[in-house]
Order: sequence, then structure tokens, then C-alpha cells
Amino acid sequence: MGARLKFSIETARRYPLSFVLKVLVVGSALLTLGALFFLLAYIIVNGVPHLKPSLFAWKYNTKNVSLVPALLNTLIIVGIPLIVTVPLGVFSAIYLCEYAKKGSKVVEVVRITAETLSGIPSIVYGLFGLLFFVIYLRWGYSILAGSMTLSIMILPLIMRTAEEALLSIPTSLREASFALGAGKLRTVFRIVLPAAIPGILSGVILGIGRIVGETAALIYTAGTVPRIPGSVFSSGRTLAIHLYTLSSEGFHTNEAFATAVVLLIIVLLINALSAGLARRLGG
Amino acid sequence: MTMQVEKLMHAVFFIAALVSIIAVALICIFLFANGIPAMREIGFLDFLLGQRWAPMNSPPSFGIFPMIVGSIYVTAGAIIIGVPVGVLTAIFLAKYCPAKLYRVVKPAIQLLAGIPSVVYGFFGLMVIVPFIRTYLGGSGYSILSASILLGIMILPTIIGVSESAIRAVPREYYEGAVALGATHERAVFATVVPAATSGILASIILGVGRAIGETMAVVMVAGNQARVPSSILQGVRTMTTNVVLEMGYAYGLHRGSLIATGVILFVFILMINLLFSVLKRRTNYGS
Repeated sequence: MGARLKFSIETARRYPLSFVLKVLVVGSALLTLGALFFLLAYIIVNGVPHLKPSLFAWKYNTKNVSLVPALLNTLIIVGIPLIVTVPLGVFSAIYLCEYAKKGSKVVEVVRITAETLSGIPSIVYGLFGLLFFVIYLRWGYSILAGSMTLSIMILPLIMRTAEEALLSIPTSLREASFALGAGKLRTVFRIVLPAAIPGILSGVILGIGRIVGETAALIYTAGTVPRIPGSVFSSGRTLAIHLYTLSSEGFHTNEAFATAVVLLIIVLLINALSAGLARRLGG
Repeated sequence: MTMQVEKLMHAVFFIAALVSIIAVALICIFLFANGIPAMREIGFLDFLLGQRWAPMNSPPSFGIFPMIVGSIYVTAGAIIIGVPVGVLTAIFLAKYCPAKLYRVVKPAIQLLAGIPSVVYGFFGLMVIVPFIRTYLGGSGYSILSASILLGIMILPTIIGVSESAIRAVPREYYEGAVALGATHERAVFATVVPAATSGILASIILGVGRAIGETMAVVMVAGNQARVPSSILQGVRTMTTNVVLEMGYAYGLHRGSLIATGVILFVFILMINLLFSVLKRRTNYGS
């Protein structure tokens, strides 16, 4: 396909329209990549010089604007939704793929609702979390309220990837297991699920990426307190919220750049992990 | 004993499958139950078409028309900027990119999707806003800034869905055109891309959904003035940012009106989702 990228004056003269289209196609691709690299380079160049040790102090104060509490909160807020949602999403996928009858009404409704969930913007999740977890259940602004809100948010993602993973397992594997006298449950847990783990894992990694970058759903559920929380019922800001507050206050631009670098590094690591996993799955 | 375990687990799996239904039901109930009464108290038409948003005045007025217009402007701007670039990049990936290059470019575009919206917002605040302030005038916090930023943010969505739509077109379309003497470009643009139209449209609708629902990146660059703007260099407030800006201190009817703003946004999103699934179904039948 390399020949398609060559530009020659002769073909340009013979097929001017084709030439213009080719320029547009290649130009657009360059623009897309250019935007990405400019963004990455801009933040890294401006942020790396400000990655000072004081930024990584154990406790936050307005002088050091440490990001460590926010980083720890991020880990907690990634952990709880995964503990809640991975079993739920995988079980739900098991039902859809292994148990439900073809053309069942329930399956159809589950699919439609999962699709609806995946289209809901994060601010609407945030509003719901505020109304339900924070106010109705009286949890207040808390790590738990934020985590539960995000659990619902990543549910469709986990479900869909788990479902795709289960569907990709050949039927012959299940039949072989049945032929050896294994029951349905044993087949699911000992044969189908282990084979589907890499696919499920890629969904989990995508989910982690979404949680790490989330702000709008957390601001009114987990709150913005820059401390390591005493319990899951106290408020705590994640790294993304930390960056938002720093940049909207406007007093700590340098520290905001450095925080953005740390956030970007995490996102890059997650992406590399998921790309590596995808390569292993493909190859 | 094993039969009982089998039955029990069957029930467990079934209940897990019901969770997403329950979640959607809960979200609807809590949003509508808190938003509809506020809408009724303000007056449905006064709320939707009211030009003035002044929740702290006495008497207060709660018109979200400027925010609806703001969301539409910003989304339209994002589409104008993001769709041509995105679709052409998708064509590049599907029909031009050599395999070796693809292995680098594709992950880069996936990375674009993985960058958090606050990071985009921060980038917009530091780069796009000052750029527009310097070269085009105004404060820089504007519809244009938000549109450019959202245009970049919806690129991966548009590229991903469009690319798979273009790849789903049977090879024969392209080969037939080339056999008739068409150039590569003509074969791609006159046969393959038209055949992928409904998939490309689906990608645009998905992009609209992303843009209209985006909050944090917009709040950082759009200026957030609650009035109908008269130029793309003026600031604007969207439905999403209206919620995030004022929810922290609102109470009473003010709070209700913010939740009602969320309800209207939710309805917009539901309509967009419906449109998307209709289009996607049509694509599936086509191939």
C-alpha cells in the first residue's frame, strides 16, 4: 500500500481531483497525529521541570500542593468499582452468552439498557450519584458514593468486553466439556471463563482508564477534599479532580502542569498495557 | 446438591444481568422525580424557552434557553471541525496506511481517546484560549475555543466507527472500480465511501453524543456566560456546564432547576442514542 502514499507531479496533472483528495486524506491524518503530539509535548515540556519532590509530600497543604493524597484516592476509587463491577459485569455476560435462550425478551432489554448506560454523559452520572448515594442514602460526599457512581458507569463497558470474550470461545470447547460429563456450571467456570480472561482483562483496563480520567461524575459525589480519607465515608479528590481544582483556582499553574504530566503518564501506561494485551490476543 | 448449586448460580447470573436494567430505572426515577416538579413549578415553557437565567435574583428566573442554544452551538462547531478531519483520517487508516505505519498510528489514535477530559481542558485553557485572545480578539473564552477542543476530543470516536464502517465494505466494490480504470482515490471516494455512508453517519451521531455530554473540558474554556451569544468569539454556557458550575451551592428551586437541566440533557442523549441504534441496525442489514 506504500505506493498509494507517493505524490508525483505527473499523476497530479493527469488526475487533479484524485491528487487533491490524496492531499486532503494524508493532511487530515497528519493533523490528527499533530494534535496528539503537540498536546503531549506541550504538557510534558511544561510539566516535567516542575516535578519537584515537594509535590510528592505525604500531606497536602496550600504551599506544596502535593498530589500524593489525590493519587492514593485515585487508587481507592479505581479499586472499589472494579471489585463491585467486574463480578457483576462478567456474571451478567455469562447469563447473556451461556444461559439465556436465543431471542429472549430479557436479553433484549438488558442489551438496550446497557447501550443506554454507555451513552449517558458523566455529568448525568454525577447528578444521579448526588441524588441517590449522597442525598437519598445519606452517604454524603464520600469515596464510597463516588466509587458506586463509577461502578454503574463502567458496568456497560465490562459487560460488553466480557460478552465479546465469551462469544469468541469456540462452541467445541463447551461440547467437549459436556461430553466428559461436566455440568453447565463447571463448564462455565473451568473451561469457558479461563479462556476468556484476556478479553475480560482488556475491558478491565479500559475501565481503569475511564475512572482515572473521570471528573464530572466525581465532583459532586466523592467531593474535592485534598486529604487521604479516614474511611470510605469521607470525601477525597482524585488526581483528575486535583488537576481541575488547581487549574480553575489559577494560583498553581506550574504544579498543575506537573500534575497533568503524572496523569498523562498513568494514562500512557494503561494504554500500553491494553495495547500489549490486544497484541497477545491477536497473535 | 449439584443440581441446587446449578440452579442457584443460574439465578445469580440472571440477577447480575438485571442490574443494568435496575440502574437505568433508578437513574430515570431519581432524575425525573427531582427534575419534573421543579420544571412544573417554573412552568415548562418558561423553563425551556426562557431567555434569562438569574437564579439568585428576586424574583429569580430560570430560563435555560441560552444553555440549550449554547450546547447546540458548541456541538455544531465540534462537528464542523471534527467530522471532516476524522472521516478523512478514517479513510487514510482503512485505505492508505501501510501495515507497518498502521501499527504506530492506530495506537496513537487510541491514546487520543484515553486522554482525560480535564487534561484536554487544561490544554485548551493554556493553549487555545490565549491563542484566540491574541489573534482573534475577545477574552479567548469562547464558542470557538470550545468547538476546537471538542473537535479534537471527538476525533477518536469518529475515526474508530468510520474506519470499521469503511472496512466492512466488500472488497469487490473497490476492485470493480479500479478494474474499470478508476484511480485509487476515485475508487475509494466514489464507491467505497458512499457504501459506508450509514456507518459514517452513525460515527457522527456518536460524536454529537460525546460533544453534547462533555463537561469538564468545556467548562474550562467556554467562558460560561448564561446568555444567547451573538458571535463565536463570545463566551457561552452549555447544559452540562450549567449543572457543574452551580450544583455546589444551589438549594431549593435553584437546585431543582439544575437537576431539570440534567433531565433535558438526558432526553437529548436518549434521542441521540435512539438515532444511533437505528442507524447501526441499518448498517448491519446492509452488509
